[in-house]
Amino acid sequence: MPAASNSEYAIEVRNLDAHYGERQILNDINLHVHHGEIMVIMGGSGSGKSTLLRHLLGLNTPTRGSIKLLGQDLAHNSEQAMFELRRKMGVAFQGGALFGSMTVEENVVLPLCEHTELDENTMRIMGRMKLEVVNLAEFGDLMPSELSGGMIKRAALARAIIMDPRLLFFDEPSAGLDPVAAVELDELILRLRQAMNITIVVVTHELESAFKIADRITVLDQGMILMTDSVEAVRNSDNPRIQSLLNRLPRDDAIDADEYMERLTGI
Amino acid sequence: MSNAAQNSGLHPAIRLVENIGRKTVAAIEELGYVASMLAESFYWLIFGRRQQQPVRLRNVIAEAMRIGVHAIPIISIICLAIGVMMAIQGIQTLKTFGAESKVIVGLAIAITREFAPLIVSIMVAGRSGSAITARIGTMLESQEIDALRVIGINPVRYITAPLLLAMMISIPALTILGDFMGLLGGGLYSIIELKITLPIYFERCAAALSWTDISQGLIKSLVFAAIIVLVSVSNGFQVRGGAEGVGRATTRSVVMSLTFIVIADMIFTYFLNFA
Repeated sequence: MPAASNSEYAIEVRNLDAHYGERQILNDINLHVHHGEIMVIMGGSGSGKSTLLRHLLGLNTPTRGSIKLLGQDLAHNSEQAMFELRRKMGVAFQGGALFGSMTVEENVVLPLCEHTELDENTMRIMGRMKLEVVNLAEFGDLMPSELSGGMIKRAALARAIIMDPRLLFFDEPSAGLDPVAAVELDELILRLRQAMNITIVVVTHELESAFKIADRITVLDQGMILMTDSVEAVRNSDNPRIQSLLNRLPRDDAIDADEYMERLTGI
Repeated sequence: MSNAAQNSGLHPAIRLVENIGRKTVAAIEELGYVASMLAESFYWLIFGRRQQQPVRLRNVIAEAMRIGVHAIPIISIICLAIGVMMAIQGIQTLKTFGAESKVIVGLAIAITREFAPLIVSIMVAGRSGSAITARIGTMLESQEIDALRVIGINPVRYITAPLLLAMMISIPALTILGDFMGLLGGGLYSIIELKITLPIYFERCAAALSWTDISQGLIKSLVFAAIIVLVSVSNGFQVRGGAEGVGRATTRSVVMSLTFIVIADMIFTYFLNFA
């Protein structure tokens, strides 16, 4: 067994701070995700959830704190260790991020081409198997620009799971999809976990989808974690921020008159 | 924005100095970025295979097709036309001294040393440099570069290194084509004016040329190739702000490539001739 699987958590975030320039985006984030768990990170726009995801993926470097994936600290990993770690992670980006110059099937098998020495036929068969999983079997020869929004997301998911990862990240699976396509994608995520027992992190602002797939939910607001708990507990939380998010109420923060004047006049 | 706010209270002269300082720092930063990208590209080209992250031949060939093979018709036409133009001007000028037959020496040297590499590089910068910037900028905006990184594919290895290799093969190859087409263009006009045959024209060209003339052009073309790749790729990776940002970066990329090519040409011409 590799050392990675001995760690208690699949993902461990400690005291994470992040800034864009001088603006603080994330404030003291602490988060654990168990092996085989589906964790949904939920929050409104501007809550910092996309930034948190970028840090979890190792695309951004935090100003403070540490992130461990499968027991390995991202900040202290060597280039080679990161390369190895990335083979065990799959990511489905919000807009799919399929490569426009390749067919869907070429997109899906690209990680295999880069990480394995398999012959072309084997790779093609594996690619088709994954496309079969996401119900895109007959669309492998199309270009990404010929697919609909839902199909692009599913193709991106197929690419994300081609290496049979132990960690799967999914950015806004249901954003921009019609309700039926969104539900299908949720079902697909649940099926995947059942079939492959992977740890899944989903970032979303869609409540229904979050409640349906999550084991636990982390609610993020203005760069801070409001709570991390089971679906039931989040539903029943009496935190006004969470309630306004759940019930789609506008935020009614009290306005400080002086501060408001200052903002308007810029003095 | 915060910089502007801090600046607004200062004396204009101080602000000018500050802006010059900032621009200088930014330029040096960019130079460092480009230099490290060049070094990294060569690193992947040489050691990539050992790290099990090779630069794929398939990518190199695809880029060479786009940059080189597809540019053959346009390069041929332009170099031919420039050859004709130079012959016309040359013969007109030399007629004054009754030395029009010497035009062949001038043509042969000017085309191989100067015009073929320069025209080819300018064409490729306009054709492929802009396309490279736009493509990378679009990939960045649609998170494709992020996708490469999370898959574990280094973008420099996957995008920059194949481009660099393809460009350093294509531009010298196109320069040889440009040499030939330029001389042919010059010849087509000269045989009418000087009343000689094409074989004799080429014989005289060959007599006028030495290997250094051709190799000088090819050395320059290698340098121009590196300039085009580094400028267009680095501009592509710095795209911010959606479609408009891509457009701005593309313009900047072409203008910078052309400027650096001409300046580098001047410097190299000096050193290759006098140093």
